[in-house]
Amino acid sequence: MTTTAQEVDARGLNCPLPILRARKALNGLQQGQLLQVRATDPGAVKDFDAFCKQTGNELVSSSQTGGEYIFQIRKN
Amino acid sequence: MSNTAKVISSAQFPSDMLTQYGPALDAWFDQRFIQKTKELEESKIPALAIIATKGTMDWAYPPFILASTASALGWDVSVFFTFYGLELLKKELHLEVSPLGNPGMPMKMPFGPKWFKGINWNIPNAVMASVPGFEKIATGLMKKTVKNNGVATIDELREACIESGVNLVACQMTVDLFGYTHADFIPEVKDWIGAATFLPIAQKSDVCLFI
Repeated sequence: MTTTAQEVDARGLNCPLPILRARKALNGLQQGQLLQVRATDPGAVKDFDAFCKQTGNELVSSSQTGGEYIFQIRKN
Repeated sequence: MSNTAKVISSAQFPSDMLTQYGPALDAWFDQRFIQKTKELEESKIPALAIIATKGTMDWAYPPFILASTASALGWDVSVFFTFYGLELLKKELHLEVSPLGNPGMPMKMPFGPKWFKGINWNIPNAVMASVPGFEKIATGLMKKTVKNNGVATIDELREACIESGVNLVACQMTVDLFGYTHADFIPEVKDWIGAATFLPIAQKSDVCLFI
Protein backbone atom coordinates (compact mmCIF):
# COMPACT_ATOMS: atom_id res chain seq x y z
CA MET A 1 0.00 0.00 0.00
CA THR A 2 1.51 3.26 -1.10
CA THR A 3 0.13 6.67 -0.41
CA THR A 4 -0.39 9.22 -3.10
CA ALA A 5 2.28 11.91 -2.96
CA GLN A 6 0.36 14.37 -5.08
CA GLU A 7 -2.99 14.77 -6.81
CA VAL A 8 -3.76 16.60 -10.02
CA ASP A 9 -7.29 17.69 -10.75
CA ALA A 10 -7.58 17.77 -14.53
CA ARG A 11 -11.37 17.50 -14.56
CA GLY A 12 -12.99 19.59 -17.26
CA LEU A 13 -9.70 19.95 -19.12
CA ASN A 14 -9.19 18.68 -22.63
CA CYS A 15 -6.24 17.32 -24.62
CA PRO A 16 -3.34 17.93 -24.06
CA LEU A 17 -3.82 19.75 -20.74
CA PRO A 18 -4.21 16.66 -18.47
CA ILE A 19 -0.89 15.33 -19.78
CA LEU A 20 0.85 18.69 -19.41
CA ARG A 21 -0.41 19.07 -15.83
CA ALA A 22 0.69 15.53 -14.99
CA ARG A 23 4.13 16.12 -16.47
CA LYS A 24 4.55 19.24 -14.39
CA ALA A 25 3.49 17.45 -11.21
CA LEU A 26 5.79 14.48 -11.94
CA ASN A 27 8.74 16.85 -12.32
CA GLY A 28 8.28 17.84 -8.69
CA LEU A 29 8.13 14.26 -7.40
CA GLN A 30 10.91 11.88 -6.42
CA GLN A 31 11.47 8.47 -7.90
CA GLY A 32 8.99 5.91 -6.59
CA GLN A 33 6.41 8.49 -5.50
CA LEU A 34 2.83 8.15 -6.65
CA LEU A 35 0.83 10.72 -8.59
CA GLN A 36 -2.93 10.57 -8.94
CA VAL A 37 -4.70 12.33 -11.81
CA ARG A 38 -8.44 12.84 -12.06
CA ALA A 39 -9.78 13.66 -15.50
CA THR A 40 -13.01 13.78 -17.46
CA ASP A 41 -11.54 13.75 -20.98
CA PRO A 42 -12.21 10.26 -22.44
CA GLY A 43 -9.15 10.70 -24.68
CA ALA A 44 -7.00 10.77 -21.56
CA VAL A 45 -7.26 6.98 -21.17
CA LYS A 46 -5.18 6.24 -24.25
CA ASP A 47 -3.04 9.32 -23.77
CA PHE A 48 -1.91 8.39 -20.25
CA ASP A 49 -1.13 4.87 -21.40
CA ALA A 50 1.04 6.23 -24.22
CA PHE A 51 2.54 8.91 -21.99
CA CYS A 52 3.67 6.38 -19.40
CA LYS A 53 5.06 3.98 -22.00
CA GLN A 54 7.03 6.76 -23.62
CA THR A 55 8.38 8.36 -20.45
CA GLY A 56 9.14 5.14 -18.60
CA ASN A 57 6.85 5.99 -15.68
CA GLU A 58 4.63 3.22 -14.38
CA LEU A 59 0.88 3.43 -14.93
CA VAL A 60 -0.13 1.66 -11.73
CA SER A 61 -3.84 1.91 -12.41
CA SER A 62 -6.29 3.42 -14.85
CA SER A 63 -9.89 3.30 -13.78
CA GLN A 64 -13.26 4.87 -14.37
CA THR A 65 -15.88 5.80 -11.81
CA GLY A 66 -18.97 7.68 -12.90
CA GLY A 67 -17.86 10.13 -15.55
CA GLU A 68 -14.38 10.37 -14.10
CA TYR A 69 -11.11 8.73 -14.96
CA ILE A 70 -8.48 8.14 -12.32
CA PHE A 71 -4.87 7.43 -13.19
CA GLN A 72 -2.15 6.46 -10.76
CA ILE A 73 1.37 6.97 -11.97
CA ARG A 74 4.57 5.98 -10.22
CA LYS A 75 7.50 8.17 -11.07
CA ASN A 76 10.47 6.30 -12.41
CA MET B 1 52.63 1.20 -46.48
CA SER B 2 49.63 2.26 -44.47
CA ASN B 3 49.62 2.13 -40.67
CA THR B 4 45.83 1.95 -40.30
CA ALA B 5 44.31 -1.16 -38.72
CA LYS B 6 44.02 -3.99 -41.14
CA VAL B 7 40.60 -5.20 -42.08
CA ILE B 8 40.76 -8.94 -42.21
CA SER B 9 38.86 -10.40 -45.08
CA SER B 10 37.41 -13.84 -44.85
CA ALA B 11 39.70 -14.86 -47.71
CA GLN B 12 42.65 -14.62 -45.27
CA PHE B 13 41.24 -17.26 -42.92
CA PRO B 14 42.16 -20.83 -43.56
CA SER B 15 39.04 -22.37 -44.99
CA ASP B 16 38.84 -25.07 -42.30
CA MET B 17 38.77 -22.34 -39.60
CA LEU B 18 35.97 -20.53 -41.41
CA THR B 19 33.96 -23.71 -41.63
CA GLN B 20 34.53 -24.37 -37.94
CA TYR B 21 34.01 -20.87 -36.45
CA GLY B 22 32.19 -18.92 -39.17
CA PRO B 23 28.59 -19.79 -38.27
CA ALA B 24 29.22 -19.19 -34.55
CA LEU B 25 30.83 -15.81 -35.28
CA ASP B 26 27.91 -14.85 -37.50
CA ALA B 27 25.41 -15.79 -34.83
CA TRP B 28 27.39 -13.89 -32.16
CA PHE B 29 27.56 -10.80 -34.35
CA ASP B 30 23.84 -10.88 -35.16
CA GLN B 31 22.96 -11.17 -31.49
CA ARG B 32 25.30 -8.34 -30.45
CA PHE B 33 24.06 -6.18 -33.29
CA ILE B 34 20.41 -6.57 -32.27
CA GLN B 35 21.31 -5.91 -28.62
CA LYS B 36 23.37 -2.80 -29.43
CA THR B 37 20.72 -1.41 -31.80
CA LYS B 38 18.09 -1.87 -29.11
CA GLU B 39 20.28 -0.13 -26.53
CA LEU B 40 20.86 2.78 -28.89
CA GLU B 41 17.16 3.10 -29.70
CA GLU B 42 16.19 3.05 -26.03
CA SER B 43 18.74 5.66 -25.02
CA LYS B 44 17.96 7.98 -27.92
CA ILE B 45 15.94 11.09 -27.14
CA PRO B 46 13.40 11.59 -29.95
CA ALA B 47 13.45 14.96 -31.67
CA LEU B 48 10.57 16.91 -33.19
CA ALA B 49 10.99 19.84 -35.57
CA ILE B 50 7.95 21.88 -36.56
CA ILE B 51 7.70 24.61 -39.18
CA ALA B 52 4.83 26.92 -38.15
CA THR B 53 3.67 29.05 -41.05
CA LYS B 54 0.11 30.12 -40.20
CA GLY B 55 -1.01 33.04 -38.09
CA THR B 56 -4.67 32.37 -37.36
CA MET B 57 -6.15 31.07 -34.11
CA ASP B 58 -7.20 27.69 -35.50
CA TRP B 59 -3.80 27.07 -37.10
CA ALA B 60 -2.01 28.13 -33.93
CA TYR B 61 -3.23 25.03 -32.09
CA PRO B 62 -1.44 22.19 -33.93
CA PRO B 63 2.13 23.49 -33.49
CA PHE B 64 1.67 24.46 -29.84
CA ILE B 65 -0.24 21.28 -28.88
CA LEU B 66 2.26 18.99 -30.56
CA ALA B 67 5.29 20.90 -29.27
CA SER B 68 4.10 21.05 -25.65
CA THR B 69 3.01 17.40 -25.65
CA ALA B 70 6.24 16.17 -27.25
CA SER B 71 8.14 18.11 -24.64
CA ALA B 72 6.05 16.46 -21.88
CA LEU B 73 7.01 13.10 -23.38
CA GLY B 74 10.64 14.06 -22.92
CA TRP B 75 11.35 14.83 -26.57
CA ASP B 76 13.71 17.46 -27.84
CA VAL B 77 11.52 20.03 -29.61
CA SER B 78 12.19 22.93 -31.96
CA VAL B 79 9.61 25.11 -33.66
CA PHE B 80 10.63 27.35 -36.54
CA PHE B 81 8.16 30.22 -37.01
CA THR B 82 8.10 31.70 -40.45
CA PHE B 83 5.89 34.02 -42.50
CA TYR B 84 2.46 34.40 -40.81
CA GLY B 85 3.62 31.96 -38.14
CA LEU B 86 5.48 34.87 -36.54
CA GLU B 87 2.12 36.18 -35.32
CA LEU B 88 2.20 33.31 -32.81
CA LEU B 89 5.26 34.81 -31.13
CA LYS B 90 3.93 38.35 -30.68
CA LYS B 91 4.00 39.71 -27.12
CA GLU B 92 0.25 40.31 -27.30
CA LEU B 93 -1.60 37.63 -29.21
CA HIS B 94 -4.44 38.91 -31.37
CA LEU B 95 -5.22 35.76 -33.29
CA GLU B 96 -8.41 35.50 -35.26
CA VAL B 97 -10.19 32.72 -37.05
CA SER B 98 -11.76 33.09 -40.47
CA PRO B 99 -14.59 30.94 -41.81
CA LEU B 100 -14.02 32.57 -45.21
CA GLY B 101 -12.53 30.17 -47.70
CA ASN B 102 -12.67 27.51 -44.98
CA PRO B 103 -15.65 25.31 -45.88
CA GLY B 104 -14.57 22.61 -43.43
CA MET B 105 -15.14 24.88 -40.46
CA PRO B 106 -18.46 24.22 -38.71
CA MET B 107 -20.38 27.31 -37.62
CA LYS B 108 -21.98 26.42 -34.31
CA MET B 109 -23.22 28.46 -31.41
CA PRO B 110 -21.44 27.90 -28.08
CA PHE B 111 -24.54 28.72 -26.00
CA GLY B 112 -28.14 27.65 -25.60
CA PRO B 113 -29.64 24.16 -25.26
CA LYS B 114 -27.88 21.13 -26.73
CA TRP B 115 -30.08 20.94 -29.84
CA PHE B 116 -29.32 24.58 -30.59
CA LYS B 117 -25.57 24.10 -30.11
CA GLY B 118 -25.72 21.18 -32.51
CA ILE B 119 -27.02 23.22 -35.43
CA ASN B 120 -24.47 23.90 -38.15
CA TRP B 121 -25.22 27.38 -39.51
CA ASN B 122 -24.50 26.93 -43.13
CA ILE B 123 -23.78 30.53 -44.08
CA PRO B 124 -22.71 31.09 -47.70
CA ASN B 125 -19.23 32.55 -48.26
CA ALA B 126 -20.70 35.51 -50.14
CA VAL B 127 -22.73 36.47 -47.06
CA MET B 128 -19.79 36.02 -44.67
CA ALA B 129 -17.60 38.16 -46.91
CA SER B 130 -20.06 41.05 -47.04
CA VAL B 131 -20.96 41.26 -43.35
CA PRO B 132 -18.55 43.67 -41.64
CA GLY B 133 -16.96 42.24 -38.51
CA PHE B 134 -17.91 38.67 -39.38
CA GLU B 135 -14.45 37.40 -38.46
CA LYS B 136 -14.57 39.17 -35.10
CA ILE B 137 -17.85 37.39 -34.37
CA ALA B 138 -16.48 34.02 -35.54
CA THR B 139 -13.37 34.52 -33.39
CA GLY B 140 -15.48 35.38 -30.36
CA LEU B 141 -17.63 32.29 -30.85
CA MET B 142 -14.56 30.09 -31.29
CA LYS B 143 -12.99 31.42 -28.09
CA LYS B 144 -16.20 30.72 -26.21
CA THR B 145 -16.34 27.18 -27.64
CA VAL B 146 -12.72 26.58 -26.62
CA LYS B 147 -13.45 27.74 -23.08
CA ASN B 148 -16.66 25.66 -22.81
CA ASN B 149 -14.78 22.51 -23.79
CA GLY B 150 -11.84 22.90 -21.43
CA VAL B 151 -9.45 23.32 -24.34
CA ALA B 152 -6.34 25.33 -23.54
CA THR B 153 -5.92 28.85 -24.84
CA ILE B 154 -3.05 29.57 -27.21
CA ASP B 155 -1.42 31.67 -24.48
CA GLU B 156 -1.52 28.70 -22.08
CA LEU B 157 -0.03 26.30 -24.62
CA ARG B 158 2.68 28.77 -25.59
CA GLU B 159 3.52 29.24 -21.91
CA ALA B 160 3.70 25.45 -21.49
CA CYS B 161 6.13 25.27 -24.41
CA ILE B 162 8.31 27.98 -22.90
CA GLU B 163 8.27 26.38 -19.45
CA SER B 164 9.26 22.98 -20.78
CA GLY B 165 12.14 24.38 -22.80
CA VAL B 166 10.83 24.08 -26.34
CA ASN B 167 13.32 25.72 -28.68
CA LEU B 168 11.36 28.57 -30.27
CA VAL B 169 13.20 30.00 -33.24
CA ALA B 170 11.98 32.53 -35.77
CA CYS B 171 12.68 33.53 -39.32
CA GLN B 172 14.79 36.70 -39.61
CA MET B 173 13.80 37.19 -43.24
CA THR B 174 10.11 37.45 -42.26
CA VAL B 175 10.99 40.11 -39.67
CA ASP B 176 12.63 42.20 -42.41
CA LEU B 177 9.93 41.42 -44.96
CA PHE B 178 7.00 42.52 -42.82
CA GLY B 179 8.86 45.39 -41.14
CA TYR B 180 8.78 43.91 -37.63
CA THR B 181 11.35 44.52 -34.93
CA HIS B 182 12.58 41.92 -32.43
CA ALA B 183 10.94 43.95 -29.68
CA ASP B 184 7.49 43.03 -31.10
CA PHE B 185 8.05 39.43 -30.00
CA ILE B 186 8.33 37.56 -26.72
CA PRO B 187 11.89 37.53 -25.34
CA GLU B 188 11.79 33.73 -25.18
CA VAL B 189 12.50 33.51 -28.91
CA LYS B 190 15.84 31.70 -28.70
CA ASP B 191 17.24 32.73 -32.05
CA TRP B 192 16.54 34.57 -35.28
CA ILE B 193 17.57 32.28 -38.05
CA GLY B 194 17.28 31.44 -41.72
CA ALA B 195 16.54 28.32 -43.73
CA ALA B 196 20.18 27.25 -43.69
CA THR B 197 20.18 27.14 -39.89
CA PHE B 198 16.84 25.41 -39.54
CA LEU B 199 17.41 22.64 -42.09
CA PRO B 200 20.21 20.93 -40.11
CA ILE B 201 17.86 20.95 -37.05
CA ALA B 202 15.15 19.35 -39.21
CA GLN B 203 17.62 16.85 -40.61
CA LYS B 204 18.47 15.53 -37.14
CA SER B 205 14.83 15.26 -36.08
CA ASP B 206 12.84 12.04 -36.04
CA VAL B 207 9.58 13.82 -36.77
CA CYS B 208 9.41 16.93 -38.92
CA LEU B 209 6.11 18.68 -39.58
CA PHE B 210 5.15 21.59 -41.80
CA ILE B 211 2.10 23.32 -40.38
